[in-house]
Amino acid sequence: MDELLRMEGITKVYPNGIVANKNVDFSVRAGEIHGLVGENGAGKSTLMKILFGLNQAEEGRITLEGKEIRVDSPYAAIGHGIGMVHQHFMLVPSLTAAENLVMGLEPRKGLYLDLQAAIRTTEELGKKYNLIVDPRAAVRDLSVGIKQRLEILKALHRGAKILILDEPTAVLTPQETEELFSQLKLLREQGNTIVFISHKLNEIKELCDRVTIMRSGTVQGTFDVASVDEKDISRLMVGRDVILEVQKGPARPAGAVLKVRGLTVLDRFKKRAVDGVSFSVRRGEILGVAGVEGNGQGELVEAITGLGSFSSGTIAVDGESVAGMSIRRIRDAGVCHVPEDRMTYGCAAALGVEANLMSCNHDSPEYTGPVFLKGKAIRANSRRLVEEYAIKCSSPEQEVGMLSGGNIQKVVVAREFSSGPSLIVADQPTRGIDVGATEFIRSRLVELRDEGAAVLLVSADLNEVMELSDSLIVMYGGRIRAYVPDAKAVSEEELGLYMLGLKNQTPEEIARVVHD
Amino acid sequence: MNQVFSLIFAPEFGYSVLRVTTPIMFATLGALISDKAGVMNIALEGIMLISALTGVVFSALTGSSGVGLLAAVLAGGLAGLFLAYCALKLKTDIILSGIALNLMASGGTVFALFLIAGDKGISSSLASKVLPKLTIPGISSIPVLGTMLSGHNVLTYVAFLMVAATFVFLYRTPLGLRIRAVGENPNAAASVGIGVTKIQYLALTLSGMMAGFGGAYMSMGYVSWFSKNMTAGRGFIAMAAEAMGGATPLGSMLTSLLFGFFDALSNTLQLMKIPSEFVNMLPYAATVIGLVLYTVQKTRKERLARESAGAAPAVTGATAGKKE
Repeated sequence: MDELLRMEGITKVYPNGIVANKNVDFSVRAGEIHGLVGENGAGKSTLMKILFGLNQAEEGRITLEGKEIRVDSPYAAIGHGIGMVHQHFMLVPSLTAAENLVMGLEPRKGLYLDLQAAIRTTEELGKKYNLIVDPRAAVRDLSVGIKQRLEILKALHRGAKILILDEPTAVLTPQETEELFSQLKLLREQGNTIVFISHKLNEIKELCDRVTIMRSGTVQGTFDVASVDEKDISRLMVGRDVILEVQKGPARPAGAVLKVRGLTVLDRFKKRAVDGVSFSVRRGEILGVAGVEGNGQGELVEAITGLGSFSSGTIAVDGESVAGMSIRRIRDAGVCHVPEDRMTYGCAAALGVEANLMSCNHDSPEYTGPVFLKGKAIRANSRRLVEEYAIKCSSPEQEVGMLSGGNIQKVVVAREFSSGPSLIVADQPTRGIDVGATEFIRSRLVELRDEGAAVLLVSADLNEVMELSDSLIVMYGGRIRAYVPDAKAVSEEELGLYMLGLKNQTPEEIARVVHD
Repeated sequence: MNQVFSLIFAPEFGYSVLRVTTPIMFATLGALISDKAGVMNIALEGIMLISALTGVVFSALTGSSGVGLLAAVLAGGLAGLFLAYCALKLKTDIILSGIALNLMASGGTVFALFLIAGDKGISSSLASKVLPKLTIPGISSIPVLGTMLSGHNVLTYVAFLMVAATFVFLYRTPLGLRIRAVGENPNAAASVGIGVTKIQYLALTLSGMMAGFGGAYMSMGYVSWFSKNMTAGRGFIAMAAEAMGGATPLGSMLTSLLFGFFDALSNTLQLMKIPSEFVNMLPYAATVIGLVLYTVQKTRKERLARESAGAAPAVTGATAGKKE
């Protein structure tokens, strides 16, 4: 296959001094699906933004079919046949799919917009590439998968021959992912070239022809996917063998910290989102909650942490009922919470790392005097935590929102874990973050467990709940369907049956999770 | 009370509603166009004042109401452009710039009036012209309807035509599509090569021109002179009308008529023995009540929509845009 596109010696330094790309060489062959992998912050998005004209490189050149091109705007990129599907869709929700497709290239009939032509174009393109989208539907009514499909169509409609997909599967269900993959393979057959950014190695293996691996702004190598295995790739990504399995000793559970008895939570429709659930989490153990998302896990966490209310049953932390307690008091009782949605509940994105690290202690005498904040103590605390949790930031004052996902989560985790908790509620603690940060957070959880904390781990990542938990409960339809005292002793297949409600343990078996 | 009803149900009252609705409707359309492009034109009030004065001065200078109208609309467009320049080019806060423009217009028009006519309150010394009234043949002879609909100032008819024109412009032309796209998701618009700033410049200029029509009507139709602060909050009422109208042309027209109704009511009630201070308050009180009702209804609708959409899907890529 011929080389289609080449980026040579690309160097990009952001105004804040972070070198995102260091002398990067990257090349793509015509008609291939090329994987681009790396941890969050490795520079892959920066590289692709440069290719798409969203960022300008300080040094380096881009050649397309042997001719040097200048890409100083997305518009110029599209002119060269380079299209990009962003993680955040570039769609206008209230406009129809057809209107979104033709936006900027509107077909005209005299002075007017030719809506019929737009609809025809959407249908024809959709058929051609097997990317069917209802042209008349408003984009806000479309599912995420369809929106993504529309984004791909948009790029193709603008004549894209090289399609950059930025972590397209992060927002998709497994079924949607499968569908996307078959569509991408079809696009490849039709002669299109695709750059596929991901950090899911199994996806790279399944979909891509070649893969380029990036680490801290440099390229570690480009390989035929067939000739490398997942372990090789992950070693190059993080520069050492990632322990995909969590290393931990056996748990030594002691007395129960959290006791949940007959808990029922009603949702907005007065439906039982959590339906008479009883369990305990003991000191020194990690209790995993497995289950397909939306089976009551979210409501359960909200009830325990005080973010939501519950209608009947009891929740007690160290023997004290949390019913009617404010979140503040629940936290003071020793509960810490790593929320699922870290940008909404986990941090204040516009504030600095330092402010975020002390945000749950703003009224503690340690950091606050009678009138003023104690700058020195706050600074010492943040410096210690930044170091201890290896948070990559230019300074403790840097805005949290400017950090990579993994580092944002480290800020959240550093604050929560440093409060000396007796119960840790970790809801999807490693979702969407890079391998290094994931590993770090998981091993911290194990350490805290060994120091005697009780951990309630909710995760949709089956691998994570199975590896990290000591024991497991499975939730389906708001109820506990199974209790596995030893998480190592259960197979993925069996868990799957419980998770999909195809199999239930007897009430007696489930009741074993209640420790009194 | 009976007296009130007999006044309201008189055909003359209907005529009066349309008469006072006209400036509000122009300004509401101005608010609509800028809102659709995602830029808030809070300076409608001031722009109307500037245009009202410009219309009077130019019609007096040239002896032509048409030239006066043209000048008023151009002045409105220029004021909108100036606001755009401040907010988009010089990056000032658009709300603060809008407030500044309003205050400047409030004092500046009086100052300009004094320079030109030597008067600080009213332009009666200028021989300004009034735009013609139209008698619509056919309709004018229908009993009740004729009294209500015929014989209005030409700009009243223009205002209603503008509602339709704005609808066609926003929803049926490529430019309108771009304006809506820019207002709702500027990143999406920019990603397909639409010049976001350019569109917003254009929208603010058009918005200013709409307010210009409204201003011209105030001083060359509603009355035949310019007087200090004669717009009396209509630019702000228009913003309320636009929001309550759900940011659609038809809705904006209906809410403009609603506010016009209260405006007309206060004019009519002044004929009776009700304290004029209370009566003068009516249109503004209606604005506040209207906005509250609108917000309540909107909040409820949003909650219903959220509930019917079911549990919100997990936000997985929440941090995605920020990385690297």
